[in-house]
Amino acid sequence: MNLDFTPEETAFRDEVRAFIRENYPKELTGTGTREDLTREQFLAWHKILGKKGWSAPAWPKKYGGTGWTSTQRYIWSEENARMDTIMPLPFSVSMVGPVIYTFGSEEQKAKHLPGILSGEVWWCQGYSEPGAGSDLASVKTTAVRDGDHYVINGQKTWTTLAQHADWGFFLCRTDPSAKSQEGISFILVDMKTPGIEVRPIKLIDGTHEVNETWLTDVRVPVGNLVGKENEGWTYAKFLLAHERSGIAGVARSKRGIERLRDIASTETIDGTPLILNGDFSRKISQLEIDLTALEFTELRTLASEAAGKGPGPESSILKIKGTEIQQRLTELTLEAVGNYGAPYARGMDGHGVNDFGVGPEYANFAADTYFNMRKTSIYGGSNEIQRNIITKMILGL
Amino acid sequence: MDFNFTEEQTMIRDSLARLIKDQYDFDTRRKVVASKEGWRPKMWAQFAELGLLAAPFSEADGGLGGGPIDAMVVMEEFGKGLVVEPFLQSVVVGGGFLKRGTDGQKAEHLAPMMAGERVFAFAYAEPKGRYNLADLETTATKDGAGWKISGHKAVVVGAPWASHLIVTARTAGGRRDTKGIGVFIVAKDAKGVTTRDYPTVDGRRASEVHFDNVSVGADAVIGDVANGLPLIERVTDEAIAALCAEACGAMKVAQTMTVEYSRQRKQFGTPIGKFQVLQHKMVDMFMEAEQSVSMTYMATLKLDEDDVTRKKAASAAKVRIGQAGRFVGQNAIQIHGGMGMTDELAIGHYFKRLTIIDSEFGNVDHHLKRYTDLSAADLAVAAE
Repeated sequence: MNLDFTPEETAFRDEVRAFIRENYPKELTGTGTREDLTREQFLAWHKILGKKGWSAPAWPKKYGGTGWTSTQRYIWSEENARMDTIMPLPFSVSMVGPVIYTFGSEEQKAKHLPGILSGEVWWCQGYSEPGAGSDLASVKTTAVRDGDHYVINGQKTWTTLAQHADWGFFLCRTDPSAKSQEGISFILVDMKTPGIEVRPIKLIDGTHEVNETWLTDVRVPVGNLVGKENEGWTYAKFLLAHERSGIAGVARSKRGIERLRDIASTETIDGTPLILNGDFSRKISQLEIDLTALEFTELRTLASEAAGKGPGPESSILKIKGTEIQQRLTELTLEAVGNYGAPYARGMDGHGVNDFGVGPEYANFAADTYFNMRKTSIYGGSNEIQRNIITKMILGL
Repeated sequence: MDFNFTEEQTMIRDSLARLIKDQYDFDTRRKVVASKEGWRPKMWAQFAELGLLAAPFSEADGGLGGGPIDAMVVMEEFGKGLVVEPFLQSVVVGGGFLKRGTDGQKAEHLAPMMAGERVFAFAYAEPKGRYNLADLETTATKDGAGWKISGHKAVVVGAPWASHLIVTARTAGGRRDTKGIGVFIVAKDAKGVTTRDYPTVDGRRASEVHFDNVSVGADAVIGDVANGLPLIERVTDEAIAALCAEACGAMKVAQTMTVEYSRQRKQFGTPIGKFQVLQHKMVDMFMEAEQSVSMTYMATLKLDEDDVTRKKAASAAKVRIGQAGRFVGQNAIQIHGGMGMTDELAIGHYFKRLTIIDSEFGNVDHHLKRYTDLSAADLAVAAE
């Protein structure tokens, strides 16, 4: 056992650090919150990485992955977090991509993987429905075979950033008589197909991050079915497992704690920096300690993967603890800014990022970010669902 | 980065686990704890024979060439079996000081310690000092070439079984000064040493140890007699890492025992393990135990880094494990219901051990403050 990087790994770190420094778009450094970005801003880094061949490090090399070891991938995400980069969105690279190269046809691979890697094509996820949240298997949207097409009808919800999407992957019921987890299919849908309507949902932080997606007689070629008809649940579960593994967000949270320390060094309480206040500084310490526990749990998972053992039971912890920590971080940041947590930046005249002068800049979105991050323990299989999974898979109850 | 155990470490784990399974079942332990001696010197001799007591020491020091990870492996198994014998006190702490002593001290003390012939205990805490390693009323005053030690050491775990004590004492300065502290080796049968022995709530034995003008030679001093605190802190951090490993072992067993009990125990016509409210509690116990393992690895692997990194790592681990141990212990009792309250079941004994581990070498609050103070010092350095 040891924690040392090999000389090769150290050289790799220097290489990627230099690459990020030289190539990351300057205008995107220090951008406030993700929710306000334009499509082009979201995709800028993804496109640069696509050209470099680094947009999908976790993929097998033959499909366009980097062939990096798990330690190299860890270094990569650490370095990106250090620089606060806007990484490729998970829906394409981490979610539908692996499903397509694992279960898709050769045509689907040839058609879709290049656009996913390059960042030219934006994907959204059509999973949840008004009546199917944590109970995802009860999706009601139907896809009925009609000659060479499926005709899709139904309503999806929480479709993240679908307003930008070119393509979507949808769970649809293809066998209405089958019991809940059977009879579901995984279908790729061109979002420009007639009959699709995307309506914004405004969230408690004032952003338009998610949508309702209505599908009325949407005709999709049969060739857009991934894998076998009625076996979509298997692919959906596979995808959720992928979604979970990236969800710990250790490196980002580390960066967040640094930012919190900076804020707490600027804010004062009774004339001394907040960071020197015992009550507050111990809260930061506790958070940092919890994050260390998560970090080493993730490192153990990586080591277990690297040894070819697959993620051990400890990997299931990553989503629950990772999101708890992300939430706690935003909670403490809001606490740290004090009175200036209250002004609603998005509600002001002349609203634009960094465009308003109430309070210190770091306070502008502290409350909104805190509100927004409540989603993390709900999405990707709520943390209660995660506990159900651990109950079954690990405790065997 | 590498989280694999060596073949030797795996062998240590396997042979120790087998020994504990064969000769350290819960009923046997209960008898040992209730016996006059409170431990089994014969078991200690077996540990020595297996090489456990020499495992964490370099070959140059006469050991088997291992280090803190070997100690971690041993302590985790001790935790699983609720082993009372003083590996932490004699090997990790005693050996930890002795391996940094002179060649003479190594020959005199370390070799017989590894052979199991000499047993050490760590007399550092005092009635009023709480967890501050520098808050010492025990004094060592110069006496010719040697020293005279006087004072009262509190809750010296393993002292009733020990032949020798490692004693911290003030050699200069005021009561809580960080300078002016020395570390001494004192034979327990030295003139002027008296002990009051007693059992602890978690099945071990400890003593109040009184030193009344106890004479020791110059060769009893380990390290810098005028500035021993850095060494004391270092060895204590090593002890913390080992103690965390013991806690991990105890937590794993407490957690799996609870899951097993919930499978067997029926109420309302259903195994209670089918109730979601209990399932999620047990998932949380599992996560606490797993994260404790992660923290123990972290602290153990950082023992040889610079002082601040090492101290923060040890304190972070002790905070997390203190909290985890409390959560796992309390909920294990809760889910066992009334049966968890009985002395008959092992679960209560795991709970008791986990409870006391938090207070050994500083509890959650102490280490959260230590960690925070070290972070603030980091910040000040960065600002300069």
